[in-house]
Amino acid sequence: MSQEYRKRVDLFPYFLLSPALIITLLVIFYPIIRTFTYSFMQYILWKPTEIKFIGLGNYLKILEDPVFWISVQNTFIWIVGVISLQLLLGFGTALLLNQKFFWRGIARSLVLIPWVTPSVITALMWRWMYDGNRGVINDLLVRAGILSSYFPWLANDKTALYAIILALMWQGFPFFAIMILAGLQAIPDTLYEAAEVDGASMVQKFTRITLPMLVPVLFTSLMLRIIWVANSLDIIYIMTGGGPGYATHTLPVYSYIRAYKGMDFGYASTIAVILTLLITLFVSIYVRKVLRTEDRGAV
Amino acid sequence: MRKRKKTHRFLQRVFTLHIPLLLILGFALAPYVWTFITSLTPEDDLYLSEFRYFPAHPTGTNYQRLFSRIDYGRNIQDSLIVAVCTMLLGLCITVPASYSFSRYRFIGRTVLLAQFLVINMFPVVLLLVPLFILMRVLGLMDTYLSLIIAYSTFTIPFSTWMLTGFFNAIPKELDEAAQIDGCNRFTTLLRVVLPVALPGISATGIYIFITAWNEFIYAAILTGSNIRTIPIALQNMIGEFKIAWGLLTAGGVVSAVPVIVLFFFIQRQLIHGMTAGAVKG
Repeated sequence: MSQEYRKRVDLFPYFLLSPALIITLLVIFYPIIRTFTYSFMQYILWKPTEIKFIGLGNYLKILEDPVFWISVQNTFIWIVGVISLQLLLGFGTALLLNQKFFWRGIARSLVLIPWVTPSVITALMWRWMYDGNRGVINDLLVRAGILSSYFPWLANDKTALYAIILALMWQGFPFFAIMILAGLQAIPDTLYEAAEVDGASMVQKFTRITLPMLVPVLFTSLMLRIIWVANSLDIIYIMTGGGPGYATHTLPVYSYIRAYKGMDFGYASTIAVILTLLITLFVSIYVRKVLRTEDRGAV
Repeated sequence: MRKRKKTHRFLQRVFTLHIPLLLILGFALAPYVWTFITSLTPEDDLYLSEFRYFPAHPTGTNYQRLFSRIDYGRNIQDSLIVAVCTMLLGLCITVPASYSFSRYRFIGRTVLLAQFLVINMFPVVLLLVPLFILMRVLGLMDTYLSLIIAYSTFTIPFSTWMLTGFFNAIPKELDEAAQIDGCNRFTTLLRVVLPVALPGISATGIYIFITAWNEFIYAAILTGSNIRTIPIALQNMIGEFKIAWGLLTAGGVVSAVPVIVLFFFIQRQLIHGMTAGAVKG
């Protein structure tokens, strides 16, 4: 098929693509370029006369901004915390769902519910459960004798970030469960049968067959989730607004607060650019991998 | 003897499979159960000194007040308009694009396909400020169009990829047969390939609908008093001092239920689209 179309330049595929490309150029590429240029400008919305080019000014300022460094640190804790919890619970769920039992279909559907829950709803539900006055989590912990009195989980700067991490673990673990389950089901039974003949134990089968066979799936899902979690903004913003103090500031939250509350577009853009550069490594690894797969799948 | 072995195996499975899985499902569903119970609780009961797991007198008052007092119907209408338009615009643009990616090999194909993947991974904050300024300049602030345009920034890349996968799964022989039967390239797409791809296209459309229905960040900066989608309405119910949790949880239930129902319709296709790449890689 490709031979046939290579003889002359065929404009038809470009014609089909053109609406998508034009819109992408206007609402994605143009804004991205603007954000890069704003990051070199002093641009505060309510000071229109003082908008000017300041070169690396914002970048130099940011290096000495303690809130920026707090946000970097929180972003790191956030990613590691959320991803490892989601991965562990998702893996466990996938192993359970990979067995045959009569209510497996229902279980697989129900387990996905957190994943389709809108972020705003996730944030509100967990905020309500963590509530310092009427939160059900406090009630349960007090009843179980773990706490002596109610604790304001989201209003305390030591616990707020971890409380949100737990909420995002809830929302995201089904993703890992489903991806890993698909990976598990793609492992041929013959491998396990052969191992059984050779007298392999359960543990050996897991570490020598299951894990190695899952590496590609785990890798792809990890990349995708790291990028997504690094960028996630709405859950944190709705649960704590970045507070108390700066306790739940991550890079997207800090950028958003600077833009939305401070109307400091230059500085917000600088933070956004830095965040983008930080995740570029993961994006490039992921994109390269997916393109290789797509090529094989399509032709 | 044999029977004892069987009961032993059954018990083993209860402890290693059924109970752990039930616990996980409990964790997955507990927030919903609690939210639903709260939504049935009269607002005053929420502040009783004694903690109750289930209200003494469950009521639908919160749901009534949602529509009578704070005009939730208007919010639903706004959300519906934005989500449906985003879906239609997204599909009209990405169906031809992904068909092109799937069926043709042309110069620049890989680069163009890759850019749709890359832009899908950029943080929202990278686009937020310029889009805000753009909407102000164009006089589109606080209109449906501003949200529809903003949502295209994530629906178009995503939908292009998902649909390309669905088109790839349809054998090319179908197109060739159609052309032998006298279809031109337009009619091949419209009359032969589109009907076959319909399940994939509707799954993608529903997914776009869901993401637009749920979106919060863009709506928070691009709309104000005119247009208020559900996520914004819910967020606004959080006052500075006292939060009307009964009302808020009722609003949450009303907003989440359609999403979950829609999701179950497209579950199979969506999961297939999601996992195909990862497993094959």
